[in-house]
Amino acid sequence: MSTAKVTPAESMVVGITEMGEKVRKSLDLFLTFMKIGTFTFGGGYAMIPLIQKEICDNKKWLKEQDIAEIVAISESTPGPIAINAATFVGQRVSGFAGACAATLGVVLPSFLIISLISLILNEFQSIKAVQYAFMGIRAAVLALILKALWMMFRATKKKAVSYVLMGASFILTAFIKIDAVFVIIGCGLFGLIWSLLTRKEQSNGTD
Amino acid sequence: MVLIDLFLTFLKIGAFTFGGGYAMIAMIQYEAEQHGWLTQTELVDFVALSESTPGPLAINMATFVGIRTGGIPGAIIATLGIVLPSFIVILIIAKCYEKFRKSRVVGGVMAGLKPAVVGLIGAAFISVAGTVFFPAGLDVSAFSAVSFWVFIALFALTTVLAFKKVHPILIILLSAIVGIAAGYALGL
Repeated sequence: MSTAKVTPAESMVVGITEMGEKVRKSLDLFLTFMKIGTFTFGGGYAMIPLIQKEICDNKKWLKEQDIAEIVAISESTPGPIAINAATFVGQRVSGFAGACAATLGVVLPSFLIISLISLILNEFQSIKAVQYAFMGIRAAVLALILKALWMMFRATKKKAVSYVLMGASFILTAFIKIDAVFVIIGCGLFGLIWSLLTRKEQSNGTD
Repeated sequence: MVLIDLFLTFLKIGAFTFGGGYAMIAMIQYEAEQHGWLTQTELVDFVALSESTPGPLAINMATFVGIRTGGIPGAIIATLGIVLPSFIVILIIAKCYEKFRKSRVVGGVMAGLKPAVVGLIGAAFISVAGTVFFPAGLDVSAFSAVSFWVFIALFALTTVLAFKKVHPILIILLSAIVGIAAGYALGL
């Protein structure tokens, strides 16, 4: 009984060091993800190599193979990939506090920079050269969207059903102007029902 | 109330976007039109600015729309709205992600969502193309304008660069320079 005597004072010290450890780790997560947020341009996919470098190589919080897991989860959950990845890593490394710290860290640089830009944007937009520059940039944005379109198309299974869903969601959103939320819900439900039906067929076939 | 409206709208967008920021363009566009928050041209410019500033496209666009419609409180509310669904869903899933990943239900839903995302980005492409090439509305006389062909050429060039994996920022920088040069040369 008396072998492991822990006085209340000692257990408090342990508690405080544990708490200190947790705070320190959360702060570290916050700063790391702030760095990642500051140096990522474009979408969440551009962030993955950075996460890998910082979280796996530098901090050794997660293993290399966890990255594939993070990408897979981020893709199959709603919301921006960058947020999904940050929350996931934060949660894995240091629980709820870690998730909050990492998410806040990845959002903050964007938020501050965009707020600053939008303050001066109105002044800038009255300059003729800026207006011309934006005319050119719009053509480039179109090219970047086309590339994203091609990448997503390539990542989709080449089946007749996929093409039907692609065509339907395209026409519904672009021309009939239905809220894209309904397109997402509809296609998700369709995919679910379709997979259940085809699975049934398969199991019938093996009988 | 603009702030509540902003929060709920971006909460909705955050909850129903799959596959990154580009899929989000179609949704933001729909909402912006419904609420009268932005013009089509402003939206395209926001996408351009979001691409050329650090951070996730989705966060940048949410902050932009928020600040435009509701100032700094609007920016905070819109950003919070777009982050919250991700945050909550991931917190729930992080505990059982092994199960989630192997789930047949998730697999089935994703099989339907992937083509849908392609369709949504296709829709965004069409509407942005309209803004770029026909700023004054669809008009046959646009085809005879020199500027129309300049933008077609610039689009072709930037597309080649994008597919050659040139960094988006370089592409945006180059197109800005071409835009300025063409603007002054043609006296647009």
